[in-house]
Amino acid sequence: MTTTAAHAPADGDHEETGPPQGAEEHGPDAFERDVLPAPPHASRTLLRSLLAPYRARVWLTAAVLLVQQAAVQAGPLLVAYALDRAVPALRAGERGPLIAVAVTAALCAALSGGLQFAFIGLSARVSQDVLRDLRGRIFGHGQALSLDFHERYTSGRLISRATTDVESLRELLDEGLQELIVIVLQTLYITATLLWLDVGLGAAAVVSAGPLYLLVRSFQRRSRRVYGAKSTATASFIVKFTETMNGIRPVKAFRRERPNDAAFARLNHRHERINGDAILEMARYVVSSRLVANVAVAALVLWGAYRVAVGGLALGVLAAAVLYLRRLYDPIDRLGMFLNSYEAAAASLEKIAGLLAQRPTVPEPAAPRALPAAAAGRPGREVEFDGVRFAYRTGGEVLPRFGLTLAAGTTTAVVGSTGAGKSTLAKLLARFYDPTEGRILLDGVDLRELSTAELRRGVVMVTQEAFLFSGTVADNIALGRPDASREEIERAAKAIGAHDFIAALPDGYDTDVRKRGGRISAGQRQLVGFARALLADPSVLILDEATSSLDIPGERAVQRAMDTVLRGRTAVIIAHRLSTVETADRVLVMSAGRIVEDGPPAELATGHGHFARLHRAWRESVG
Amino acid sequence: MVRLTLASVAPTANAQTTSGQTSTDPTPAPAADPAPLPAAAAAAPRHSAVRSLLRLWPFVRPVRARLFTAAFVAVVASCLGLVIPLVLKWLVDGPVAVRDPGEVWLGGGCLLLLGVAEAGLFGLRRWLVARPLASVEAAMREALYHHLQRLPVAFHDRWASGQLLSRATTDLTLLRLFLAFPLTFLLVNGTTIVVGCVLLMVQRWSLGLVLLGPLLPLMVMCSVLESRYALAARRAQDQLGDLTTVVEESVLGIRIIKGFGRHRSQARAFERLTRQIRTTELHKARLLAWIWGVITLLPELAIATALVLGTLQVADGALSPGTLVAFLSTALALRWPVDSIGFLLAMSNEAATATDRYFEVLDVPAVDDEGAAGGNGVRNGPANGTADAGEAGEAGEAGEAPDAADTCERERPVDGLRFEGVEFSYPDAPADGPPTLRGVDLHIRSGETMALVGATGSGKTTLTALVPRLYDPTAGRITLDGRDLATLEREEARALVSVAFEEPTLFSATVADNVLMAHPGAPAPSGATDSQEADLLRALEVAQADGFVRALPQGTTTQVGEQGLSLSGGQRQRLALARAVVGRPRFLILDDPLSALDVHTEALVEAALRRVLATTTALVVAHRPSTVLLADRVALLSGGRITAVGTHHELLRDNAEYAALMSGEPGRQDREDAR
Repeated sequence: MTTTAAHAPADGDHEETGPPQGAEEHGPDAFERDVLPAPPHASRTLLRSLLAPYRARVWLTAAVLLVQQAAVQAGPLLVAYALDRAVPALRAGERGPLIAVAVTAALCAALSGGLQFAFIGLSARVSQDVLRDLRGRIFGHGQALSLDFHERYTSGRLISRATTDVESLRELLDEGLQELIVIVLQTLYITATLLWLDVGLGAAAVVSAGPLYLLVRSFQRRSRRVYGAKSTATASFIVKFTETMNGIRPVKAFRRERPNDAAFARLNHRHERINGDAILEMARYVVSSRLVANVAVAALVLWGAYRVAVGGLALGVLAAAVLYLRRLYDPIDRLGMFLNSYEAAAASLEKIAGLLAQRPTVPEPAAPRALPAAAAGRPGREVEFDGVRFAYRTGGEVLPRFGLTLAAGTTTAVVGSTGAGKSTLAKLLARFYDPTEGRILLDGVDLRELSTAELRRGVVMVTQEAFLFSGTVADNIALGRPDASREEIERAAKAIGAHDFIAALPDGYDTDVRKRGGRISAGQRQLVGFARALLADPSVLILDEATSSLDIPGERAVQRAMDTVLRGRTAVIIAHRLSTVETADRVLVMSAGRIVEDGPPAELATGHGHFARLHRAWRESVG
Repeated sequence: MVRLTLASVAPTANAQTTSGQTSTDPTPAPAADPAPLPAAAAAAPRHSAVRSLLRLWPFVRPVRARLFTAAFVAVVASCLGLVIPLVLKWLVDGPVAVRDPGEVWLGGGCLLLLGVAEAGLFGLRRWLVARPLASVEAAMREALYHHLQRLPVAFHDRWASGQLLSRATTDLTLLRLFLAFPLTFLLVNGTTIVVGCVLLMVQRWSLGLVLLGPLLPLMVMCSVLESRYALAARRAQDQLGDLTTVVEESVLGIRIIKGFGRHRSQARAFERLTRQIRTTELHKARLLAWIWGVITLLPELAIATALVLGTLQVADGALSPGTLVAFLSTALALRWPVDSIGFLLAMSNEAATATDRYFEVLDVPAVDDEGAAGGNGVRNGPANGTADAGEAGEAGEAGEAPDAADTCERERPVDGLRFEGVEFSYPDAPADGPPTLRGVDLHIRSGETMALVGATGSGKTTLTALVPRLYDPTAGRITLDGRDLATLEREEARALVSVAFEEPTLFSATVADNVLMAHPGAPAPSGATDSQEADLLRALEVAQADGFVRALPQGTTTQVGEQGLSLSGGQRQRLALARAVVGRPRFLILDDPLSALDVHTEALVEAALRRVLATTTALVVAHRPSTVLLADRVALLSGGRITAVGTHHELLRDNAEYAALMSGEPGRQDREDAR
């Protein structure tokens, strides 16, 4: 696995839109500690629900293993039979028992090999199906969860849920569980056989399991602690490492190398110490369990040999017991390793269960409604905020109750300082959030009643972050409308003024954005984002600070595209730049969650409000 | 005994395949591969595994005594284990056969002693290596981190941080495990097998041959299957990488996916990949099933044969029962060493790959050599070739620049920042393409603020990155107050130059730490001094960040970054600006410093920034008139050259391209579109 948990995004701005200064959103809550609340036994319930569809195959697999282990463990019994029966029989000239031994041994060998083969195939099928289900569930769930969740649950965590945590469960399924079942079966079979061979020896073996059980328990307890500490120590150096590599420019520019070395050395040494503790913990366990096992074997052999010597036990039984005893104590080391991988998987499963227990706050409607057919020549739709109020679930009110109607086909600019609630307004309209009270209507239909597909035909939002997905530039534009032809893609790029730079890339539209030569600047990425929106051709377009990295020609190209390609659409523009605002039909000035000014830009500019002041300052700067 | 651990088999696979390859000629590993997959190394012939692993020696050297002692102890312990069957044999054929209970006690005592000794010695081994191995791992990680911080930015452009991190985590863990197990146990198990075989053959060569018989076919069959398994394993790894990419992007681009309602098509892509992975994994499992089927079947058959033959011989009196018991017991004891050789070799091979991956990074020459003595620039320029070109250019320079090796700063003319014929192309750019910068000449006078304007993608950011020596020009030179940048230590150059980057990066630390990291008095991780405190407040005021910082839960000591409070883009940008100005640098580089600010805040920042810029030599990348107006003069970057320099109004009047960039009226670019 080359992927890592503490993945940090290459494209910076994903946490951009976190609620500004929303102190009530932070503090050491469940999100920060990375422990999402999950109902009790959630991880066990999850595991059971994952295995449920494959119940029949799980049982079949178990049955195969049951027989296979029986065949494997028959060996020493055959030795006993050979020594105690076949040898005297042969001496008496009778070959029957030996032939029986030969046939049975061959059969057991064939069974153990053949069933081993069958078992691996069967169990792999179950475990792969389970993992595929689980990956799908995590992915689908992550996609379905609302934006407010993503804003709090860092991307790195979600990625590690779907990768490293699934991987540790896979280790448990592929190795651990099978290992555990084999160990249990082996122990049961051997103990039963020993008891059957000789009650005394068997009982003594059972007794010796007592101290071993205590050892295992104590190891489990201690290793849980030390491995917990280890994973915390690992996580902390990983964060430091990733952060340094992702921020290598500021690190170098501000000469942080040496302070970083020192800070990293501190974290690394803590990890080293705990790592050493963990290795020693394992050593302690292996040694003490081996000691108990060796003493038990010696004592049992001694006792058995003594009884053979005094004539209370057959020689073959002793031989079989000796062979069995060695096998009996053999898996103790492996049990220790299993416990470690079990701990890791249990922790992962719990985190996954916590994630899956989150419910999307913006659910799809059960019975979606369709938008009314658009009137001919009127591609835009009317937007109405009807008694809308928005507050975070934790209580901080962002938008007090308000009403607002945006006429179809008009362009509305929203200005105001950071934290005024502009982005929240936009996100409500895009249904990234649902309002706490009231409703938002698109041509009279509540957004909550629209299916995702219908909603996105209606409303598309272009944000400041211009993330490019891996693939070609053309693929990235086509995200706006996957069935678009190459001509349509190029037309969209030309309309937005992105065609020239795309054509200049090494492979033009087919340039892979993640490969060499694909150095695409922030402004260019935003243009690609716009081309996407043009292609999607929605009735309502929201631009949330989507021109921040564009230069003025880029901004003008966007405006031209709005005037031509997107003519007649209802548009909401949140912009820092008054140049964008000037062309709007209407300007809303927001402050502290309220709309404080509302009117055509020319009218507001001549007044005495916020907008007029800003506008004058801007005019002066343009000269 | 059956060993079901799939993990222990999985590596067995690559083991024997690659060990087969080790005999082929060693060819240099592809060092510059930007995203090498761990398994990819197996595809191309590479250094022999042993040669790779030998490179670990410098790190292992400090702990060699303990490591060797531990290996010796393990050999002794393992051989003790082989004595146990002999004691059994003596017990069965001797005291038990002659019915002498007294002697039985002696045998039992021996067994007990051997058992205790074996356990004790194995414990001793683990205790001996536990701390040293953790320290080897830590030392290697520290060396990697140290080195990575000193590799050129161009290196980091090529390498995703995840690739580097996997070297610092997974690969190093693999190496520690290699030192702990395969290195020791290849020796130990090898010895055990040889000793065990000798014991078997000496006791009864005919039965010994029967037991050793399946070894050869086993190895042949396994190596055939395992070479195919290695291919499948690599495919699985690639597919898992693709899957991870989809997951990452679906999370990082969640707003776009939701904004366009595309989560279903993402889910379909994901679904397709998981189905592929399942197919590959099942293919792997089928191969594995064959391998394990054979590994189980053949030895069981051999033991069955040995049992039948042995029983016949015991019946004939040719063999004592004790020998048969000892025989089967020895065979049992050898089962693990034989089975394990495969996965030990596999682990060694993985460790060799991990070593290659590790040194692939460590072998890249670092550029940021710090003078070990910390003295100021006695070195004759950096070691890499690109900068030498700059120096060569300097030799032919006639002009007023005084001898650059002179270190008396005070008497130096205050010349400002000069670019002279600066050319630059990115190391990974296509060789035939035009360079990003082709001959930039620009002089920013001391104390002057120069705005840098150019179309999107014209190379503005690239030009600014040359000043703090994040990259070095491929030709030409840059001087700071007359001193050639190429002759300055990077450290020294960066002490003079302060930068606010286009992407404002905050680290997981407090607001104060983030801002003060550029302060000359830094580092002060715990608590700032009074003068720092004052500078911090001043810088926050300049960036208009004092207001929102005060409103944070713990003010300037609030944790921010990935592990702390997430700030908006505008807030991050203001902190980055504060960071750039906090140390009152001589030279200031601002890359579009106000892009994420709203108009209101922008005006306030501009006003405050003007005061700072009045006394600083600054280069400001600007996209719009408001930012340009911060500057005394403007330089227009076009086609990799500075095509015009002048005041905003001059250029607006005289230069069509500039006018187009600043006003958006149809200019050069649009006329070209029209053609």
